[in-house]
Amino acid sequence: MCRLFAITSEDALSPMVAIRALNAMKEGHDGSGVGLMLTDLGGELEQFRDFPILSGIFSQEGIKKLDRYMMEIGLLTKFKLSIRPSGKPPAGTPKRDAYLIRVYEYPYEWEGFSPAEIADRLMNIRVELRRLGEEDQSMVVFSFWPDTIMIKEVGDPMEVAQYLGLDNNGLRARVLLAQGRQNTNYAITLYACHPFFIQGYATMTNGENTAFVPNREYLMSRGFPGYMGYQSDSEVFAHILHYTKNTLGLGLPEYKHIITPLKDEELLRHPDASYLRNLKHACRFLTVDGPNCVIGCLPDKTLFMVQDSKKLRPGVIGGKKGRYAFSSEMCGLDEAIPDRDRKLEYQPMKYDVAYVDAARTEVQIWNQWETCIRPH
Amino acid sequence: MEPVGNLHPSTLSTRDLPWRVLWKREKCTLCGRCTAACPVRAIGLGVHRKRTMEVSVGLATKPSNLYQVYHGIDQVTDPARACIGCGLCTQVCPNGAIMALRSDEADKLRFHVNKGGEPRRRGGRRNDPGSVLDRIKFVRISMLTDPALDAGRHEFEVRTLLGRILSPEESLRAQRENLWIPPVREIYPLMVGGMSFGALSPNMWEGLQMGVAYLNEELGMPVRMCTGEGGCPPRLLRSRFLKYVILQIASGYFGWDEIIHALPEMKEDPCAIEIKYGQGAKPGDGGLLMWYKVNKLIAAIRGVPTGVSLPSPPTHQTKYSIEESVAKMIQSMCMAWGFRVPVYPKISATTTTLAVLNNLARNPYAAGLAIDGEDGGTGAAYNVSMNHMGHPIASNIRDAYLNLVKIGKQNEIPILAGGGVGKNGNLAANAAALIMLGASGIQAGKYIMQACGGCVGSEADRCNICNIGLCPKGITSQDPRIYRRLDPEDVAQRLVDVFVSFDAELKKILAPLGRSTSLPIGMADALGIDDRNAAERLGIRYVV
Repeated sequence: MCRLFAITSEDALSPMVAIRALNAMKEGHDGSGVGLMLTDLGGELEQFRDFPILSGIFSQEGIKKLDRYMMEIGLLTKFKLSIRPSGKPPAGTPKRDAYLIRVYEYPYEWEGFSPAEIADRLMNIRVELRRLGEEDQSMVVFSFWPDTIMIKEVGDPMEVAQYLGLDNNGLRARVLLAQGRQNTNYAITLYACHPFFIQGYATMTNGENTAFVPNREYLMSRGFPGYMGYQSDSEVFAHILHYTKNTLGLGLPEYKHIITPLKDEELLRHPDASYLRNLKHACRFLTVDGPNCVIGCLPDKTLFMVQDSKKLRPGVIGGKKGRYAFSSEMCGLDEAIPDRDRKLEYQPMKYDVAYVDAARTEVQIWNQWETCIRPH
Repeated sequence: MEPVGNLHPSTLSTRDLPWRVLWKREKCTLCGRCTAACPVRAIGLGVHRKRTMEVSVGLATKPSNLYQVYHGIDQVTDPARACIGCGLCTQVCPNGAIMALRSDEADKLRFHVNKGGEPRRRGGRRNDPGSVLDRIKFVRISMLTDPALDAGRHEFEVRTLLGRILSPEESLRAQRENLWIPPVREIYPLMVGGMSFGALSPNMWEGLQMGVAYLNEELGMPVRMCTGEGGCPPRLLRSRFLKYVILQIASGYFGWDEIIHALPEMKEDPCAIEIKYGQGAKPGDGGLLMWYKVNKLIAAIRGVPTGVSLPSPPTHQTKYSIEESVAKMIQSMCMAWGFRVPVYPKISATTTTLAVLNNLARNPYAAGLAIDGEDGGTGAAYNVSMNHMGHPIASNIRDAYLNLVKIGKQNEIPILAGGGVGKNGNLAANAAALIMLGASGIQAGKYIMQACGGCVGSEADRCNICNIGLCPKGITSQDPRIYRRLDPEDVAQRLVDVFVSFDAELKKILAPLGRSTSLPIGMADALGIDDRNAAERLGIRYVV
């Protein structure tokens, strides 16, 4: 089972906070991969908050391809913080030319575009770069989005982090999501590594979603170019979240109701029975079948955790005002925030959505039996 | 010896018949029950003269003859009365003195069952025991990374939807703007397929209805039953149990006068309306209720004279095109119940299924599509239609589902699959396979008859006389002397047994696949088959 850790803090943190937490949970991952997402950036990159950042792994040839492609569109590099490791990679980690972190300046022609139009263009560029690099593995692209960095690699999290020098390269963020991978059903591929990201929405999951194929087919048939990839069954969680919020204009409560709807008999007793019944019917192919624990991040930097309705995967939230962590194991939480009030720890159950918003003042709990805040 | 002149082309010996009656003289008490019970009068009392030679030792007494008469059971070889192998004689014999055995070679009877130029008609189904569905295995078993569920203790949501489901965007808009939302029924994924009041005996029909009511009201299983084309008894139309019934309208419109007149008095809406355009057992052919079965009661419900055959036309005669027959008819039926009842067509599986489906996809009133494969059963059809016409269900369902996936409407139009589900007894496995190929629900008829009524028909042409009203078990007879053999209470009990055991078996399939939150519609990654071509055709794994 994979190990998950996310933290939201009012002070920008080094990604090593998350890596150390994963290391504390080492028993649970087999070193087959690590995925890291940084958002609400601090440090040097904070000043470029509104500019898109490209994250990925590139060969020299890939960088040339990338430069040609970006030039054609008119996207110019504004700032670079790419990692070019010089030492010997740890066992199991391939030698790469560059872990790219590049801030781009929007083309002049994009001025006046709506945020939705810009969002779609950024996503389409990411998808196209991914496609162009797929054949020769010269470009592996994880995200192209403002205020977001993603690093993924095969290997043990701590060893990879040290190899990449994450402890002293100036990367800082107020929100970190990290996954230590236990490679199970799928071959080791970087695109199968969590967290998954699409237009500001990110999720990571442990467990297995056995409704993956119908979920995937449904998402792919929405005609949205970003619903692709699916090297991991967990990628659908990020895309369903995006679909719920972006396309349907609904909130986290509905996301929970879509992925794990109440049973027909339960709905009879719910104050929003009619609304939820229609939602359940309409989104039947987006119902997941876990066990899964999902940790995610919204564009407004809210971190959340939901459980599959079977509740077979661990997940705990704890912290103190200004800093909260979401962890699949208690020892990860202990490592990251040892001085928290343990009485305020929360382990979401099958009906809960637990979240901490960008104010980072408390863990908020919403339960599926409560009424939904409806869009009026 | 009989003179040779008595032989004619259709003179057969018992050896030429598919079934031979084996009778043991030493056990028989000549009670006559077998001859009285035989539905086709294939056996009768035989009076035989027997000569015994009496030859004593020595020459003193001359040899002599002893002539004796003995009585026994004779098998009739007239093709019209050939044994059907139903085994009723064995059931009624107190001494176990008689049984029908299958002949050891292909019969010759098949060349002579067209007297008067009338081809063979029969009930039953395709007489082919092969089944692709039986060969499909569930190969994606959840192991340690994702532990299998406990089929006995875990909660499973074994439910499906029948009705046009709006896309999420449309559904939200409809709620916001208070627009019409098509009716959707939350039902059990296995339903009792259309078998008409007329094709089935009153006792069988009543038993099934009682069983369905019990499943719903006592066990909380929302099982639905389709009427088939034959109307619905007036009392049921006016009862609260109508909500468990899917009313079928077919090209003969039998019973619809009664239904329409009952409309103002209905306490409940029916579950749905099924418009039958075709059925799997006799694709492209209409319904058929032969005159033997059209008694006073049937005639009254259907609004026809007694004692005449009731062949429905192959198509709805008042309609000339797909727009007419599908769009307008669906809309008319929707309107009749104030747009509160789902209306969906049923067709035979065919290579033209996708044309119908694409048409339905554009029709906002279409509530689904039922597809009936070539292995479907029937109360009466031409032998040639049953044996040779039609399309297998597995690939047709898969094509239909993937077509919906392509246009992004896999959730909007539920596909119901029927036709030979459980033909070899594997009801839950066949149903689960079809669901994972893309069906939202399953219709089963013949299995229900076999399990709940004790039908002895088989894929080896046994019995199959549903069409002439002489069903040895009383399942498809309209003669009270015959159908009183069947107690409706027993039928109801069997139906409950079937559904409860089906539910347990289905969970035994779903649990190892790790599925419990929703029905695994389209979960084709769980399926495998040991035939590369079939795997490729169905888009599932090839496993050996």
